[in-house]
Order: sequence, then structure tokens, then C-alpha cells
Amino acid sequence: MIRRTMLVLTASVAAFTMATGFAVAQDVLKLGASAPKTGPLAGGAAVTHWPNIKLWIHEVNGRGGLKVGDKRLKVELVEYDDKTSGEEAVKNIQRLATVDKVDFIVSPYGTGLNAATAPIIARHGYPHIAATAATDSVAVFAKRWPNSFWLLGSSTQQAQGAVAALEKARKAGHIGNRVAVVHVADAFGLELIAAGKPALQKAGFEIVYEANYPLGTQDLAPIVSQAKAARPDAFVAFSYPPDTFALTEQAQIQKLEVGAFYVGVGTAFPSYIGRFKDTANGILGIGGVNMASKEMQEYRRKHREVTNAEADYWASAMTYASLQILEQAIERAGTLDRAAVIAEIKKTPAKTVLGELPLADNINHRLWTVGQWQDGVFHGVASTGLEGAREPIRKPAWK
Amino acid sequence: MEILVTGILLGGTYALIALGLTLQYGVARIMNLANGETLVAAGFIAFWLFTSYQVSPLWGLLVIAPVAFAVNWAIYVWLLRPLVDRAKNQGMLEVDSILATFGLLFLFQGLMLRSFGGAYVSYTFLAERFTIFGSPYGLNRVVAFLAAALIGASLWSFLYLTRRGTAVRAVAVNPHSSNLVGIDVAGTAALAFALGGALTACGGTLLSTFYTFNASMGVLFTIKALIIVIMGGVGDVRGAVLAALILGVAETSVASLVDPGLTLSATYALFILVLLFRPQGIFGRQQT
Amino acid sequence: MTQLSAGEIRIALIGAAAVAAAAMLPVFDQGFYLTLSLNIVLFAALCTAWTLFSGPTHYISLATAAFFGLGTYSVALGIDVLPFPVLVAAGGAVAALLAGLVGAATLRISGVYFVIFTLGLAELIRQIVSWTQVKLGASMGLYVFTDFSEAHIYWMMLALTVAVFATGWLITRSRLGFALQIIGNDEQVARHCGIDTARLKIVLFMISGAFIGMAGAILAPRYSYVEPPAAFSPTVSFLVVIMALLGGTRRLWGPLVGVVPFTIVMEFVSARFPNDTPIVIGLAFLAIVFVLPDGVLGRLEQLRARLRRSRPASPAAVAAKEPA
Repeated sequence: MIRRTMLVLTASVAAFTMATGFAVAQDVLKLGASAPKTGPLAGGAAVTHWPNIKLWIHEVNGRGGLKVGDKRLKVELVEYDDKTSGEEAVKNIQRLATVDKVDFIVSPYGTGLNAATAPIIARHGYPHIAATAATDSVAVFAKRWPNSFWLLGSSTQQAQGAVAALEKARKAGHIGNRVAVVHVADAFGLELIAAGKPALQKAGFEIVYEANYPLGTQDLAPIVSQAKAARPDAFVAFSYPPDTFALTEQAQIQKLEVGAFYVGVGTAFPSYIGRFKDTANGILGIGGVNMASKEMQEYRRKHREVTNAEADYWASAMTYASLQILEQAIERAGTLDRAAVIAEIKKTPAKTVLGELPLADNINHRLWTVGQWQDGVFHGVASTGLEGAREPIRKPAWK
Repeated sequence: MEILVTGILLGGTYALIALGLTLQYGVARIMNLANGETLVAAGFIAFWLFTSYQVSPLWGLLVIAPVAFAVNWAIYVWLLRPLVDRAKNQGMLEVDSILATFGLLFLFQGLMLRSFGGAYVSYTFLAERFTIFGSPYGLNRVVAFLAAALIGASLWSFLYLTRRGTAVRAVAVNPHSSNLVGIDVAGTAALAFALGGALTACGGTLLSTFYTFNASMGVLFTIKALIIVIMGGVGDVRGAVLAALILGVAETSVASLVDPGLTLSATYALFILVLLFRPQGIFGRQQT
Repeated sequence: MTQLSAGEIRIALIGAAAVAAAAMLPVFDQGFYLTLSLNIVLFAALCTAWTLFSGPTHYISLATAAFFGLGTYSVALGIDVLPFPVLVAAGGAVAALLAGLVGAATLRISGVYFVIFTLGLAELIRQIVSWTQVKLGASMGLYVFTDFSEAHIYWMMLALTVAVFATGWLITRSRLGFALQIIGNDEQVARHCGIDTARLKIVLFMISGAFIGMAGAILAPRYSYVEPPAAFSPTVSFLVVIMALLGGTRRLWGPLVGVVPFTIVMEFVSARFPNDTPIVIGLAFLAIVFVLPDGVLGRLEQLRARLRRSRPASPAAVAAKEPA
């Protein structure tokens, strides 16, 4: 299966490069991209970031290209690996801006790399539409770099979303007040716990166990066993992909029976359901989608067709939306002038796979914060400003 | 009790990570920086066999270990032996082998990215409850531990009870003198390197049943393996196993009794203390 | 100190000219080539500082990331309170302090044990920094906002590199350098000569660590966002060792001839083969190990020796014959 995926991917890329290779120089829009292909963040970028760029270019070029004024411009991609390093990322953006002289730049991947490259992207005046950065500093960033737009919300929103989902579960009688909270010891985990703890206490929850663990830890049996000893009604982990998987498996093995089980980044990955299958049913996590929406169904179908992989149920759609925002702003502005495009992004909300996303203050306020696996689909159960949330179900007992 | 069992199981996992390197570095004198990549590559192949052909990772070992043995043999004979031959002293060989295996690290990583992509990979195998003294543990971890014990025991009997094994140990102690007493040093080193590679691949296969991994994660395993090998004393299998168990139990105790946030700090602190008080590792011989 | 010889003056002049030319770079390009040059200058500073200690003593240290990260953190923690130059100095001081402690370990640990010891130590520091941040609450607050442009950072880094070279040169000319030469050849002999080898090694390691810490501090404003995995990335330690070894560590300028081609080749490969960078780099590396057995430095010296042999007289003699 993997082999076939690879073949199709290479074939489509080859076809695409040939197609653009024949285009006349001025009928081309050069799009630059720098994101991890290697290093610690490569695992996430391979699922969420790169496939959506491929998909979007495939779609746009399939339509005959971007409409700019009275011309149709085919999109040509210049891509670099930033090796998950700030130094490399800054250098790549410089190369894209001053050597390749690309017309636009796709935002890098992840909070740290987006923050590291923001000054340099701002200096070259490109619109910077960050789809994969979630931090409480988005307000600061948006003010400091007026060319930047932040789509994935703040850690506080994510944490409050988690608490909101727990409150719904409590109201439905799935859980009581006892909550065990663990988090990964990095900026992301810290911001979430800092916002999540007061939110939990304010909502009247009692934190019966709290712990953190170093980034990348996969041996989490002691944490789960101690959490279990505290007899919680709900388990919340602000975690990353490798530990998200490890926590789930340990909870299953040690039979940590709770009415609500929440794990962080990675829960929305297709490989999560691929690994846990039916066991995933009822598990909560960051992300979620509204599968009732036609656009979303259509997007996921195309993602499967073109990239031969499932989209994840969180930032994938947001990454695609960020490119739609860029596309529509360019077409409306009718020019490749970056300042005009930035003004246009602010002025008119784009119609994306997630619905209309207004960006007047450079921050997107409409996003899914919590999703839940229900019969093989990661449905959104808590959001800020989006329609279509489902009611959370009680987490069934582990098998 | 639960802490002890969890810790010992974790120690088994660590032993699997480190046993291969202890042969490669201790006997063949190659500080193999691509150790972690070998491990991850084996995990990928196990994953591929399991998801595409429903081959259980345990049967997968029968394919993966011989392949890894052959590949590592070839790497040693074609790539590393010329470096060994031209090195005038141990220091030069160290520098050359660091540079060469650093190249291998990239090469392996690139090949994995090419064939399997960069995404996280994991699958469920034997993620069942297995009860020891009334507490549940993952069966996959128990199996990995038993395999580690089996591998460790057979390695020990090979090294200490057979002629060939004695030759390997002799080369580990002093390649030059071994040559004088008629041991085929070059062949023995190749054997040790290939065997080490095969062990690492076995470790990767077993670890893939409970770890989530991707093509970029090799270096994490390399660092862990280096720490364990050095802590145990270069080239000593018993030392590596003991160091792995100590780290496993220490990490689990710190996570359970002190603060899970300090597990890795505990590992490194312990490692540094051991070196400060026993600079040649637990079982290491004083260098002359 | 003894008088400067004609050769030394010539090298100093060439060096000064090269530095002046390098300093002019931002006038011509503020974009990619400046960024690339900054990376080159950064690693030139790091590798040369590393070689100050590891060249003569043959101890391979993987603690670079620890010193570098401490420098970065000094700036990140204090940027709102103290002026930048003070923070750079503080970064150097903190790194030197740690280097003093690590250096003390060289009294007991040597060879590959020292290599992995320093690696473990760097990781320990990273873990402790992370854990402390967790315990001090969520006020990570490690955003570094300054008004420095890339050119400013480049000039500061260039100045630091010059300082590293000047220090290295002064050391070789001093009694310290002479003592080091003896240690490098045979530590036992050195001890018999009455050299306090332990103290020497520690002092040297502290100088080296201080420079690495300062480099980390200078670079901090380049990233608006500082967190332990990036600041203490072990990749930095490995890259420094590899570039320095590639160049050659027997001379002060050895690492330089490793850093420049390494960075440029890496850059070329990653731009040309974005999807197969690791494969190409891996192959290139293996090729280098086989083609350049003694590092770039060794090959250059070989070439020079051959040139000298093919000429009838030595270059010095030729220079002397020329009219003044």
C-alpha cells in the first residue's frame, strides 16, 4: 500500500512539474514553502502540512491556474526542508525571497518555526498566514507583524475548549468532578496547563492528579498508574503525537476507566484511528471537524484522491483554508502586489472548507477546539464560533 | 513491586536498544552513529510486513535479523574496513568512524523518508493485558523483555562459552595482541559489527510493537544507546545489560515517587555520577 | 613577548583584509547571502572556539549545545532588564562557569567516556532548564524582541570570530601554548616537566566555553522565540565536531577550511534536492571521508608541500630575492 502511495505521489508530482515546466515564464506564480521534512516536527508536517500544499496546487492548476487580473497563472512550487531548525528556516525564507524571488510564501509549520520566521517574512512584506501555530502570544504576534494572520487560535482557547467539553460531559452525567491532568513539558504543554488549570477550577472541577513529563517520553506506565490510583472521573493529557499514542495504549492496558478521556495533538491523526480502531471510540482530543458540511466532505474526498492519504481532523483543513484565503485574496486584489493582497485578506473574509473566516484583527476566532471519535470519525464537540458541534458521548469501558 | 516490574520491563527495552552498539563499538571499534537509524528502519520493515502482509513482528524477526546481519556485514567490509586499515591509531579510527557513520545516518534516514514518508507510524500488536503480581502490564513489553533476556543470554553464552566468542572478547580487549595469538582480527571484527547490527534490528522490531516512531527519530535511540554502553563499560555485554536495568528502574522510580518531569534528568544525572566515580563504566577495565 | 616575524605580519595582514572584506558584505546583500554568511561565521566561531580546547588536548567535547544554550537563555531571560552587551558577557560567564565544572571532570574521564559524558551533561542541562520552567509556572516569556537586523548580528558574530582567532593566536604564542603543545604530544611528559596539566586544561576549556556561550547570546535576537529543544539542540554539538574534524584541528585555521565548504555544500544540496537532502548529504559525507583522510587541512598542507618541492627554491627565498 505504501509503495502504491509513493508511486502515485511521485507520478503526480512528476506530471505536475512537467505541466508547469512547459508554461511560459510570466504565466507562472511562484509559491515558496519551507517546512520540516526531517527533524522532530517532520512527523506532524508530513501529515498536516505538505499534503495540503500539494492538494491545493493540484486543484488550482486543475482549474487552469490562479486568476490574476485577466491572466491565468499556474502555480509553481519551490520547496525547502527546514530540518525543524530556526536557523535553517530563516535561511530558507531568505533564499525564497531574495534568490528564488517567489511571489508568495506558504507559512512554515508549528508555533516555534512560525515565530522564528515571522520577522524575516514581515521584512520582505509577504502575507504570513500561519495555520499551525497555537499559542497565547498570537495577539502579540498579530500586533507586531501586521502582515501576519493566525488561524489556529490560542492555547487558552484550546484549554478552555477542553474544559467546556468536560462540562458538557458532566452535565450529561458521564463524569463527576474528579479530573487527572498531565502535560508534556514544553511551551505548548505549559501554556495549555496554565490556562486549563484555572478554567477547570472555575468550572468546579477538582484536580486529583497533576504531572508533567519530558518531551518525547513514550514510557508512561508510571503516570497512568498513578493517575489511576487517584480515581479520577476524567483524564486530560495535553500531549504530542508519540506520547498521545503511548498514553492511550497504557490507559487501555491498565484499564483506566473514566467517563471522559482527552489526549492532545495526534488524536486527530488518521494513524490514531488506524492503530486503535474501535478502541478509539469516545476518545476526546484537540481538533474536530463538522462532517455535516458539504465543503468538508468534498475536501476530505479530494485529499484522499489526490494525496492518497486521509487528512487529519484538525490542522489539515486549516492549512488548506490558509491557502484558500491567499488564493481568494490574490484573485480579488487582481494583482501580485503583496501589500494589496494583505489588505484584501483583512478586508473580506474568505470562503474556506471551514466556512467564512473573518481576519479583520489578523486572528481567526472561528475554530474547532475539541473533537471526539465517534464511529470512526473525529466529530467536533466544542468550538468557538463554528456551527455543527455534536454532543459528546460517554467513553465506553476499555476492551 | 509494580514500580520494580515496570522498571525492569523498561530496562529490557533499553537493553535491546544498546546491546547491538556495545558489540559494534566494543569489539569492532566503530562508534556507530547510525545505530538508531538501523533500529528505526527495522521498525518500519516490521510495520510494513505487519500491515501489508499480516506477518507478525515475531516471525518478522526471522527475515529482519538475517537481512540486517548481511547489510551490516557488507557495510563493515566495504565501507569501514578501509578506514580501519588506514588508521594509524585508535584516535584516528574514532574520528573517521564518527564521520563515516554520520554519513550513514543521513543515508539511512533519507532512504526511509523516500520509502516510508516522514509521518508517525504505529500499529497495535499484543497490546493486551498481562498480569504480573496482580498488576496489568502490556504483553508487547513483556515479550520484548523476554526477547531481550533471551538475546542477552545467548549472546553471553556465545561470548563466554564458545571459541569464536572468546576470540571476539579477545579482540575487544586488545586487537593487536589478538593478532599475535592467531586470531583473525579482521574477520572477528566484521562478525561483531554484523552481529551488532542484527541485534539492533531485532530491538527495533520488538520496540515497534509499542513505540510510535518516524524516520527522524533515530538519533534519540542512538543517544540512549551511547549512554547505556558507556555507563556499562565499553564492550562488556553484562555491563550494558546492568546499566539498562539500572536506568529502567531509576526512571520508573523517579516517575512514580518523585516527579515524572524529572525522569530524563535522573537518567543523565545517574550517568554522570557513575562516570565520575567509575570513569571506565561499571564493568570497564582501567585504560592504560 | 617576542617580536612578530615577517610571516606573522603577513598572515595578520591577510586576515585583516579578509575580515574587512567580510564586514563589507551587508552593503551588497541584505538577503540570502547575508544569512548564509552569518551561518558560516557562526560555525566558524563555534568550531574554532571548540578547537581551542579540543585541538591540543584531543578531548572531543559534545557539550557545545550546553554552552550555546546557556548563552541564548541568558539573553532571553534578561533582554527586558539589562542592556544587550551585558547579557552577552553574562552568557559567556555562565558558560565559562559550567565549562569549569566540566573541565574538572577531565581529571578523571578521558577518551570516548569523555565524549559521551559531555553529551549526557548537555542533555541534563536541557532537561533541568525545561523542568525549572515548568515549575516556575507558565511565564515562559521567552520572546526575544530587539531592533537588531541580520546585519548587526552578522557584524557582532564576525567580531566574536576575530576575537576567538586573536585569543587562539595569543595562546599559541604564550607559555600556555607551549605547555599545551607538550601536553598534546604526551601528557605524561608534560607532567614530568612540572606543568600543571589539570589546571591548564580547565582554563582552556573555560575560554572555549565562554566564546561558545557568547555566540549563543549574540544569536538569540535572531529568533523571536526561545525554547529548550531549539536552544540546546544536540545537533549543534554534533555539527561543530564534524565540521571541525572535517577541517582539521591541528591548526587554528583548520576548522575554518572545514566550515566554509561544509556549509556551502550542505546549502547547495538542500536547495537542489529538497526531498532527498539526507541521501545526498550522506553519500557526500562518505565520499569526503574516503577522499580527504586527514581533513581539508591535511590535504591543503600536502598540496603546499608538493608545490614547495616542485619549485627550485623555497617561497621565502624567492620573496627575499625580490627587490624591496
